[in-house]
Amino acid sequence: MSRQGKLRLQKWYTATAERDKKKMVRELMQVVLARKPKMCSFLEWRDLKIVYKRYASLYFCCAVEEQDNELITLEVIHRFVELLDKYFGSVCELDIIFNFEKAYFILDEFLMGGEIQDTSKKSVLKAIEQADLLQEEDESPRSVLEEMGLA
Amino acid sequence: MPAVSKGDGMRGLAVFISDIRNCKSKEAEIKRINKELANIRSKFKGDKALDGYSKKKYVCKLLFIFLLGHDIDFGHMEAVNLLSSNKYTEKQIGYLFISVLVNSNSELIRLINNAIKNDLSSRNPTFMCLALHCIANVGSREMAEAFAGEIPRILVAGDTMDSVKQSAALCLLRLYKTSPDLVLMGEWTSRVVHLLNDQHMGVVTAAISLITCLSQKNPDEFKTCVSLAVSRLSRIVSSASTDLQDYTYYFVPAPWLSCKLLRLLQCYPPPEDGAVKGRLVECLETILNKAQEPPKSKKVQHSNAKNAILFEAISLIIHYDSEPNLLVRACNQLGQFLQHRETNLRYLALESMCTLASSEFSHEAVKTHIETVINALKTERDVSVRQRAADLLYAMCDRSNAKQIVAEMLSYLETADYSIREEMVLKVAILAEKYAVDYSWYVDTILNLIRIAGDYVSEEVWYRVIQIVINRDDVQGYAAKTVFEALQAPACHENMVKVGGYILGEFGNLIAGDPRSSPLVQFNLLHSKFHLCSVPTRALLLSAYIKFINLFPETKSTIQEVLRSDSQIRNSDVELQQRAVEYLKLSSIASTDVLATVLEEMPPFPERESSILAKLKKKKGPGAVSVNELEEGKREGGELNGGGERGGDGSAIAASNASTPSPSADLLGLRTGPPVTAAAPSAGSLLVDVFSEAGVNDDGFLRDLEPPTESSDSLLAEGPGDSDSAPPSVVSEDPATPLPESNELLNKFVCKNNGVLFENQLLQIGIKSEYRQNLGRMYLFYGNKTSVQFVTFTTTVTCPGELQSQLNVQSKTVEPLIEGGAQVQQVINIECLTDFTDAPLLNIKFRYGGALQNLTLKLPVTINKFFQPTEMASHDFFQRWKQLSQPQQEAQKIFKANNAMDTEVLKAKLLGLGMALLENVDPNPENFVCAGVIQTKAQQVGSLLRLEPNAQAQSGEQMYRLTVRSSKDTVSKRLCELLAEQF
Repeated sequence: MSRQGKLRLQKWYTATAERDKKKMVRELMQVVLARKPKMCSFLEWRDLKIVYKRYASLYFCCAVEEQDNELITLEVIHRFVELLDKYFGSVCELDIIFNFEKAYFILDEFLMGGEIQDTSKKSVLKAIEQADLLQEEDESPRSVLEEMGLA
Repeated sequence: MPAVSKGDGMRGLAVFISDIRNCKSKEAEIKRINKELANIRSKFKGDKALDGYSKKKYVCKLLFIFLLGHDIDFGHMEAVNLLSSNKYTEKQIGYLFISVLVNSNSELIRLINNAIKNDLSSRNPTFMCLALHCIANVGSREMAEAFAGEIPRILVAGDTMDSVKQSAALCLLRLYKTSPDLVLMGEWTSRVVHLLNDQHMGVVTAAISLITCLSQKNPDEFKTCVSLAVSRLSRIVSSASTDLQDYTYYFVPAPWLSCKLLRLLQCYPPPEDGAVKGRLVECLETILNKAQEPPKSKKVQHSNAKNAILFEAISLIIHYDSEPNLLVRACNQLGQFLQHRETNLRYLALESMCTLASSEFSHEAVKTHIETVINALKTERDVSVRQRAADLLYAMCDRSNAKQIVAEMLSYLETADYSIREEMVLKVAILAEKYAVDYSWYVDTILNLIRIAGDYVSEEVWYRVIQIVINRDDVQGYAAKTVFEALQAPACHENMVKVGGYILGEFGNLIAGDPRSSPLVQFNLLHSKFHLCSVPTRALLLSAYIKFINLFPETKSTIQEVLRSDSQIRNSDVELQQRAVEYLKLSSIASTDVLATVLEEMPPFPERESSILAKLKKKKGPGAVSVNELEEGKREGGELNGGGERGGDGSAIAASNASTPSPSADLLGLRTGPPVTAAAPSAGSLLVDVFSEAGVNDDGFLRDLEPPTESSDSLLAEGPGDSDSAPPSVVSEDPATPLPESNELLNKFVCKNNGVLFENQLLQIGIKSEYRQNLGRMYLFYGNKTSVQFVTFTTTVTCPGELQSQLNVQSKTVEPLIEGGAQVQQVINIECLTDFTDAPLLNIKFRYGGALQNLTLKLPVTINKFFQPTEMASHDFFQRWKQLSQPQQEAQKIFKANNAMDTEVLKAKLLGLGMALLENVDPNPENFVCAGVIQTKAQQVGSLLRLEPNAQAQSGEQMYRLTVRSSKDTVSKRLCELLAEQF
């Protein structure tokens, strides 16, 4: 989520009704955005623990269970940010807005069902780059005019 | 941005996103979105078949719109079509849309499953991974049904690519979490466990999540994973920071995997195999050692990763709870973190120490950090850290530091954040109760709590203080005095008024002797708060008023005046109006006896789990409160039935009296020893128990302190000789001769007013009594323990010999018939004319199955019941002591201790005697001194008492010397006799 309270990317690993999701996101934003710098990165929320970290204009939050390890979750966030950074090349909020589907793909390669699939930066990026290569082979670039006409 | 620009061709999407971002208002945004939705809809419906690229682009736009928070109700079919595309990116977007927006449309699910099936069997690892991701993202039951059989095969097949194995493991985990019944590992178990040995670290990382979850559910089937996990962990821990290449994270080798291995081990007890255990302990030591090494990097990621492993290792050490050395080391390590500059570490250290506090090996080590933790509570700037500090203080609290911790928590409450006040209040209330060495401290603490944080004192808390005061007669006078003082504050919290109203209504008589708190003063004080209170509190106060009328007849006219006023009797609130009308009527038409019965003191509350503890548990969820606490909480039980206002409703009192089966009935049955004979099969359980003293004795606090013999209330009922199944006629022929054990029975009631007076196979007699000035009222409860009715049941109370002129005893007649299992009550009014020695006799006659039963007991009315406690300073005491120096004014006895010398028990008994127990009077702190005035109609007899325990007398026995001085020789003598039997 952004500092202004816009949700940029969300991923749910448990079945949750749309209405509840919206409510939880709203509530969570309120709690997290109200935190001051230097406060600790963990907080209890409902029966979960929230682990969050701010990178520039974006807050990255994970809701984890009671027995999960907070510090390692913090590094899950960091590793994800590193992956984004590596892929987009010094990532900024706009990259995530305009390439939200890529951000999802990267997240999916890194985490699956809420668990870490692979912690190696190389492996994850290799998977994503392979996909991009496939895409390149698939498509010949289209003319700008054609694109504009479609929009 | 090379990777992005070359691959990303959906310019239309980018333009759309820019448009949205350029919208100046919400309305403009919605307008733009609706335009786009219409466009996409027409494209999808159009005659011209869309190519894959266009479909992909529109589906992606829909996804974006959805993520902006708008509903999407079409496009699913186009997304499903994309799944069967051969082009990777089209397939990928299709899957993404399905994952984010899956709809329970069964038709679609069938189509989606088909596409997934095709991809899974495609042998193209990228496609397989996409399909597995989709299953994991959706995780629905239909998908589990379709694929739960296939995925384990993919996971363990020799030719599966590593990346696919990783996805398969986590996909299976997701299915197992949603539909465990469909995921059957059976034949695959061993091969899955052996994935822990896989060469590829990524595979191990993914597989271990699955194995951990499966182990939690089926620990036996997966227990071979323990030794594999230990050796894997050992290899990682001992590897150099560069050995693991890309799996080294900021110089820490495989932190994620390490944490997961340590987490997996927490599913099991310590390894039985000595070698494995040794290796593991070595690992844990290495991890603890590494924490002391200088950091290899200044980056926070390095220390986070390192400490993540450390905290997980400490969790494992706490989980094993068997290695004192490691536990203490863990505690020391956390102690260092308590003062670390990283807030996160301070937070986690406080949290982790909380669990260490509950281990017997490290509890003491944790306690050494008390000052740091108190400091954290005061100075941390982050409320969540302060909350952890409060939790830890709560966890490390025990008898030795309870007063300090409770005091700190109370003072913190004055400035605590609103969000945690209620929980803090609950915790203070629980600690105060659990570690109350003297109950006056408890009462002080709770009243302070109400004063400081009245708004956050939930009903449970003030109910609880009332439960405890009602169940413990040694604190009632103090509670009345304290609450009376607290109410004098010009502004006091409504909760204080509630507690005050309730306690004064029950026990105001105990402080009415002091002119500063005379009945009328008490009433005026309560009534001065009345108009400021809410309706429920006013209702409670009205009930307190009617109780006042019973306690203090002199207040009757004043209170009736209040009840009669328009603001009460015509109150617009129905409940208040009804109470006013009923209480007014009750007070004017009922006789004193009826009034006394209806408004008698509340019976003790049955023993149950503390309502506060239950509330805290509910608040924190299970697991937040340790088992120990729960058990202690249970022992100390007692819960207020139906809320705090019950006291006000006369009929409710009577009903609860008759229908509350108390657990102490069972306890009594057990303690009586001999089995209930054939004459009265199972009848004991029919009896309704209303005897408070039994309940109080079962209260955890006293039970801990009292020597076992003391609590066996009804043991004496057994009597020598009738322990077998002799015919149930334990009667002496001569009605005038009391039972041989009746003197002993009498002695049991010297220091208490309530309890079981007598019990045999047929009959149980319970007593409740109360005394004020020279007047007493005693309630006798005759319980028929059999299933057969007693007929011609009569009781007579007589005062033999000169007692006739000393005591005036009047009893009501009882109903001549007691049904099987039923109980009848008799009220006896007693007036003390002058001092006396003997006890009145109670003769009971009835027929049981044709046989006449006849027994005589002594009624436990003893001279000390008419004591009024007198507080005095040391100087006054010795002056009066000297004044009573004539030889006949003193009585002294030296006697052996019958019970262990426990200070608290002694104090409780002396308080029960009715005198004031004077602190800091006797120069020897071991000794007890008391002062009181016996109120008789004829005169007042001042008495002083001194009890000197001698724990090591020459004979090796524990001895007491008891000295009583009073202005009347017979009183000194009698008190001395009575008391000598008590210790």
